[in-house]
Amino acid sequence: MSAIAAHFSYWVTLFLMIAGLYILIARGNLMKKLIGLAVFQTSVYLLYIAPGKLVGGTAPIVAAGFATYSNPLPHVLILTAIVVGVATLALGLAITVRIREAYGSIEEDEILERDRADER
Amino acid sequence: MLEHLPALQVVLPLVAAPLIVLARSARFAWLATTAVSYACLVIAALLASRVASGGAFSYALGSWEPPWGIEYRVDALSAFVLVAVSLTASFVAPYARRSIAAELDPDRQYLMYAMYCLCLAGLLGITITGDAFNLFVFLEISSLASYVLIALGRRRQALFAAYQYMLMGTVGATFYVIGVGLLYLVTGTLNLADLAERLRGVEDLRPVLAALAFITVGIGLKLALFPLHQWLPNAYAYAPSMATAFLAATATKVSVYVLLRFYFTVFDPAALFERLPTRETFLVLSVAAMILASLVAVYEADVKRLFAWSSVGQIGYITLGIGLENHSGLTGSIAHLLNHGVTKGAIFLLLGGVALRSGALCITVDSLAGLGRRMPLTAFGLVIAGLSLIGVPGTAGFVTKWYLILGAIERGAWWVVAAILLSSLIAVAYVWRLVEAAYLRDGKGATARLEAPVGMLAAGLAMAGLCVYFGFFTSINVEGASEAASFLLRRRQ
Repeated sequence: MSAIAAHFSYWVTLFLMIAGLYILIARGNLMKKLIGLAVFQTSVYLLYIAPGKLVGGTAPIVAAGFATYSNPLPHVLILTAIVVGVATLALGLAITVRIREAYGSIEEDEILERDRADER
Repeated sequence: MLEHLPALQVVLPLVAAPLIVLARSARFAWLATTAVSYACLVIAALLASRVASGGAFSYALGSWEPPWGIEYRVDALSAFVLVAVSLTASFVAPYARRSIAAELDPDRQYLMYAMYCLCLAGLLGITITGDAFNLFVFLEISSLASYVLIALGRRRQALFAAYQYMLMGTVGATFYVIGVGLLYLVTGTLNLADLAERLRGVEDLRPVLAALAFITVGIGLKLALFPLHQWLPNAYAYAPSMATAFLAATATKVSVYVLLRFYFTVFDPAALFERLPTRETFLVLSVAAMILASLVAVYEADVKRLFAWSSVGQIGYITLGIGLENHSGLTGSIAHLLNHGVTKGAIFLLLGGVALRSGALCITVDSLAGLGRRMPLTAFGLVIAGLSLIGVPGTAGFVTKWYLILGAIERGAWWVVAAILLSSLIAVAYVWRLVEAAYLRDGKGATARLEAPVGMLAAGLAMAGLCVYFGFFTSINVEGASEAASFLLRRRQ
């Protein structure tokens, strides 16, 4: 039990990571796959940010009375990663809209079925 | 000015993209793209000559000294890849005008150029940066741009191919960033050179091994390492001609570069190759790609998809050198980054001309019947590039296989030598199908001689010419690759 409590943030990260990846693989709906992808990417934000925080640490500004500082670099990195994630999601949604227009469906099996019908 | 060349290498195409979007003119877009592509080639050549004369050097972006700031680092390996990428770009850009005009609606053409410039900026950025997180950002810039390039294909299958590539590519990039995150947690640094220093002595820590696994699988997805290649055949088959040629010649190659960089300069290669089954894994996966993917190509009816499968097989040759892990093997691998780039680039450029003249959405092997009469120069170029794909002496492909076989013999891996020969025989089979259709069968319908537009034909033939040039004059591909291989192996001596 104490191992779980001590590494609480890691367990949450792992859960989100695996859940996101599972949705992405197991679901046939293109929207749900994107949701899985977003959850998966979000878990990585946690992986970076959580270890940057020290218990009792303050913002890294030198001032009298403070000796412990949190690491600000992970936040900056993840700010970039969030922008990348937003761009990816926006592009994914845009392509999904175009697929809906072209195929009339966003279910993977129906799309593949229509492609096969095209080739026949 | 000259000392800022490493930054300009990336900034030029990066700035060109928004300018193209603002101008909204296909003509300006083409001029800007071509100018930027040539400028990139000149810069890459200048950087490579500086490395050749004075050794590796670094550039502190914004004057923030590494390891705190982002470092751009040019060494024998990155200079070689920079030249390979910008060389391809300088052939694809002049080709693009007629090809894009024929395949896209007029109001979308400028966007295609913008995406191409972004993709080029991303690929050059991955190659030149010395910072693991900056590398991730460039990886995503080039990947997002390439998803759009593929989605702009004319058939609706292009959309779904782009979607699938996007899912797989994003998972790959996220795996990479997880790996980098674990390394950052262990070492507290993101600078690749600094990482290598701080990883000394802690190679066997669990997080470091996990990071190695995540980076291998993540980059493996990006470079279409067998069996992580499922996104590639559809993406290449349905993308616009110019995008296929550009991506096939550059995108996977740059990912291989990232893998080489991590395996030989960041992680400790001694631990990697002696305590982990890295060698066996790469040999088996590479040989599987070389044989199985090539076999699929033999039975494929769609010509673009046929060569896409052949690409999966050829990537097997490139990763084979990692498994051989000696100087000859790595020289073959690195040389193949360039050799396969010009070979596949030539094939897809010429096929774009065939598609333009036939007007069909999909070129099947049967529709190539009589091509030798209708488009003799195009068919000739395809045969030359096909010979290079097989590895006939006097072509670029032969040079690669020569060094790979030498490497396999030095390692005593005779089964690998046999696999290289077998895979070449399979390549004969699928290239012969084209030759047979183009020269020995009469086409139905029009037999009038009608070559592709001059700009497209010239670019394709020039690249096919490079296949022969690199087969005879190996001062660029082999000597560059040999320097790069020595650079990678310096920690193994």
